Amino acid sequence: MRELTFTEAAREGLAEEMQRDPMVFVVGEGIGARGGNFATTLGLFERFGPERLRDTPITERGFTGLCTGAAMVGARPVVDYMFFDFALDALGEIINQTAKIQYMSDGRLKMPIVLRGCIGIGSSAATHHSGNYYSLFAHVPGLRVVAPTTPRDAKGLLKAAIRSDDPVVFMEHRGVLGLRGPVPDVDSDEVLPFGCATVRRQGNDVTIVGIAHMVTQALAAADELSARGVSAEVIDPRTLAPLDIDTVLASVAKTGRLLIVDEDYAPCGVGAEIAAQVADRGFDDLDAPVRRLNSLHAPVPYSPPLEAALVPTPASIASAVRELLAE
Amino acid sequence: MVVPLTSRPSAGPSAEEAIELYRQMLIIRRTEEQLARAHQQGLVHGACHTYVGEEAIAAGVCAHLDREDAVFSTHRGHGHALAKGVPPREVIAELLGRVTGVSHGRGGSMHVFSPEVGMLGTSGIVGPSILMAAGVAYAFRLAKSERVSVAFFGDGASNNGAFHEGLNMASIWKLPVLFVCENNQYATEVPFVSVAGNPDVSARGVAYGLPTLAVDGNDVLAVHAAAGEAVRRARAGDGPTLLACTTYRTRPHSEGMRDGGYRTREEVEEWRQRDPIKRLREHLVDHAAKLDAIDREIEQMATDALEWAKASPYPDAATVLEHVYA
Repeated sequence: MRELTFTEAAREGLAEEMQRDPMVFVVGEGIGARGGNFATTLGLFERFGPERLRDTPITERGFTGLCTGAAMVGARPVVDYMFFDFALDALGEIINQTAKIQYMSDGRLKMPIVLRGCIGIGSSAATHHSGNYYSLFAHVPGLRVVAPTTPRDAKGLLKAAIRSDDPVVFMEHRGVLGLRGPVPDVDSDEVLPFGCATVRRQGNDVTIVGIAHMVTQALAAADELSARGVSAEVIDPRTLAPLDIDTVLASVAKTGRLLIVDEDYAPCGVGAEIAAQVADRGFDDLDAPVRRLNSLHAPVPYSPPLEAALVPTPASIASAVRELLAE
Repeated sequence: MVVPLTSRPSAGPSAEEAIELYRQMLIIRRTEEQLARAHQQGLVHGACHTYVGEEAIAAGVCAHLDREDAVFSTHRGHGHALAKGVPPREVIAELLGRVTGVSHGRGGSMHVFSPEVGMLGTSGIVGPSILMAAGVAYAFRLAKSERVSVAFFGDGASNNGAFHEGLNMASIWKLPVLFVCENNQYATEVPFVSVAGNPDVSARGVAYGLPTLAVDGNDVLAVHAAAGEAVRRARAGDGPTLLACTTYRTRPHSEGMRDGGYRTREEVEEWRQRDPIKRLREHLVDHAAKLDAIDREIEQMATDALEWAKASPYPDAATVLEHVYA
């Protein structure tokens, strides 16, 4: 299989869907001739023109509301926020309109819209360009939340997101954008389902659920632990809403121990939800309390040592696993 | 190009069209009065913001729209729904929480959806309708259709960021959309003049390069003429228009709410004298017999609508989770 980066694969998926359906269009700042701050649309302006690759004023609320309207009558907008922090200006639209239109209209209107952008801590991006926010969106009925971690998933899940009649929050962690990996050939038209977690690494001693970039960090930790004779299973939920808890439960039934590694904040987070569901349904399989490892509960600082102090690392994950195994 | 027009365009409706406007305004008036009574009787479960006094705007604008055109509305939106073709009984049933209501009991007064007739929602949030109407217009153009989209909103929304972002985007992309400001002079109970740096809403359209018409919102013939011009421009690909209509709501902000402390009885009475239905009736003095017949017909329709709504069942509680997702 050929190899692409996460960004290249996602862009290929977008281009295929734009080719397939003339009602797919993209809005965002600098996503036209420039090709996007993260090269999300590089080369597409020449193919699809300005009406379908629409450079916008800096009005996140405005173009989110506009695209919500467009989606009500058959268009399939892709809103490219660049950084997801910017989408917070549109939170009222997303939660009060985008997420609720289908329900309010008793299913007579659909809401096929994709809200995409970069999340994640790193590179001294500081606190207005580092947020994760997926827990916030996963809390809201009516939204789908997707956080892919591999190039293949980026493409297959973005294609699914564009074809979905539900609003999809599509979050691309800065830590995985440049990762290379195998992607099926262009003619395969692979569309991946929502609500299907995957086991990234098999193991017997402990289950680690990683969210977004924390999957790759957990895999690095698993390598480190393996050298010390600990066999860790690493699960990538891929979509946070819907959440595939069955794959987690099946793993916990095998290992008896669960660590959830999540770069988003712990209180009221996706990790807390996974822990609660495992406590509800997998209590008898647990040999130790469910543990969570999250970023510290503070805005993201700029200076490298401060920033690094906030976030889980392979070393801190391995350490948390050792503590969990000792319980 | 900025075209600040403040006078009434020349083409007025025919007598037949004017009688139809009368009928439409009366449907709204009688339905709202029925809802107010139903609210007093405890039949309306939630909020009820009536459109009494403002009927000329919905009637005058929607007369130019086809079923396939889209309308977005406000928290004071029964009139827009009715003018776009939602049957009165479905509006009443919705406020009574019945499954036969226009949103099948999901919405109530502020979430009236009827995609079947292009009614894409009343709203409990002030502002977003402006953006969504612009978006529908964007999709219409993407689909290469000649359909148009309309956002109704109040003076309060013209102070909201959504207004400014929406008008700017519609202007730069020449979207086929009408922005219809119903300036009833109070944002809930706050006088617009006290919260607007420049209370001339039409100036705000001009600021974004939009052709703008200042309209007497209690003169249905003026609204009809202005909207006709705006719809024609939109369908021809000439872009958006702002209609800055001045009007007044003669009932409280919401049924059952105290209506004092922010305006005087004299002011309300003065605006009752400018009632748009009364004014049109005076204009159509030669057609009194026909109008009398319409009066009787609509009175009966409103009575029947409430009875039908009251006899309708509530939704099945087992359906509460349906349609959260597609």
